[in-house]
Amino acid sequence: MSKPVIATASLAGCFGCHMSILDIDERILDLIELVEFDKSPIDDIKNFSRPVDIGLIEGGCCNSENVEVLRAFRKNCRILISVGECAIMGGLPAMRNTIPLRECLEEAYLHSPTVAPEDAVIPHDEELPLILNRAYPCHEIVKVDYFLPGCPPNADLIWEALTALLQGRPLKIDYPILKYD
Amino acid sequence: MPEKIKFFIDGKECLAERGQTIYEAAKANGVYIPILCHFEGLKPVGSCRICSVRVNGRWMASCTQPVTEGMMVENQTPEVEEYRKAIIEMLFVEGNHFCPTCEKSGNCELQALAYRYQIMVPRFPYLFPRKDVEAFPTFLLDHNRCVQCRRCVRAIETKDGRKIFAMKNRSGQVRINVDRKLAAKMSEEEAQKAMEICPVGAILKKEVGFKVPIGKRKYDFKPIGSEIEEKSEGVKNE
Ligand code: SF4
Ligand code: SF4
Repeated sequence: MSKPVIATASLAGCFGCHMSILDIDERILDLIELVEFDKSPIDDIKNFSRPVDIGLIEGGCCNSENVEVLRAFRKNCRILISVGECAIMGGLPAMRNTIPLRECLEEAYLHSPTVAPEDAVIPHDEELPLILNRAYPCHEIVKVDYFLPGCPPNADLIWEALTALLQGRPLKIDYPILKYD
Repeated sequence: MPEKIKFFIDGKECLAERGQTIYEAAKANGVYIPILCHFEGLKPVGSCRICSVRVNGRWMASCTQPVTEGMMVENQTPEVEEYRKAIIEMLFVEGNHFCPTCEKSGNCELQALAYRYQIMVPRFPYLFPRKDVEAFPTFLLDHNRCVQCRRCVRAIETKDGRKIFAMKNRSGQVRINVDRKLAAKMSEEEAQKAMEICPVGAILKKEVGFKVPIGKRKYDFKPIGSEIEEKSEGVKNE
């Protein structure tokens, strides 16, 4: 039987959650015995080459490209996991959610003290993904199967979740490894 | 010695003083019932309902309800625990709780309850309400994180007995209102007390944020309530 396949993506995140995946340290050697990686920034594979068993999503959705990638993951992955606060609740990018989009953009690109008045313009190049009215948690866009909180999630939590899934056993979370910060 | 009354929590036989609330009596018997709006020494108001238990099929707030003889209390049953979890999740989505940026993180009672119940994601959609932050000379009041427990309203007074915090509006519009003149005169010690009374990161003393490092905070290693449960295990082991 071929090995289970994992794919990962960073949407509106900071790559901290990916760092935490690497933080499983030498267990990464065990992980590559257990699974294969497909599309992921870790191996720099850009496109899906086959159906994936577990998709790990870091970051929520801030723009049209995030939504597109997330939908492609949902389509290609049997199990989808939101990894970290941004994927689960929008995280830091969602701090703008209480402020109307126009107000945010004007503050950042027109009125901020570091903007030179002669170049003050709100970016609108058609090459740029369209910014959404607010940051969305992933499960408000597609169905998400599991959630691993933390900013970033503790490496032991990620490891426990992956091994539990691969071995088909229930998750057992030790109290100290579940944190929201 | 005044006569004690017998009652049961999830089948465990317990003893209570006459007039004692279910919450207090449970604690004295080494049983933890989660609370949020209640604080030791304040008059309980039963507003957050996290301490809800069921007795004879009826829901009641254990912080206000006195024990009666032979009472059968349901505390850690799946139904009661699920009801409490739903309230905690509601509190998370009704405010703006960005724990990674919060000075109270690790010492916050709302967060600690969510950890105890191992909540991975709230079942309700996030509301992202627009709320403000008020600054005073010795403290900040961040309405994004206020859970309207009214602890500050009940506990914080000036030396001559005047209230500094009050509730304004009703229902979804409810918010804590501050007497700005009195708040401006709050000393460092009074700000410290207000911060300690507040279960979440809504009242924060200025210039002490993130002082306690990760690993040394109140709820880093032990769940909220374990101090009460450990006491009862200690009794059993003796
Ligand atoms: S008040 Fe508590 S729950 Fe809210 S953001 Fe701060 S630590 Fe998190
Ligand atoms: S400011 Fe703090 S103590 Fe006061 S009602 Fe809000 S959460 Fe409770």
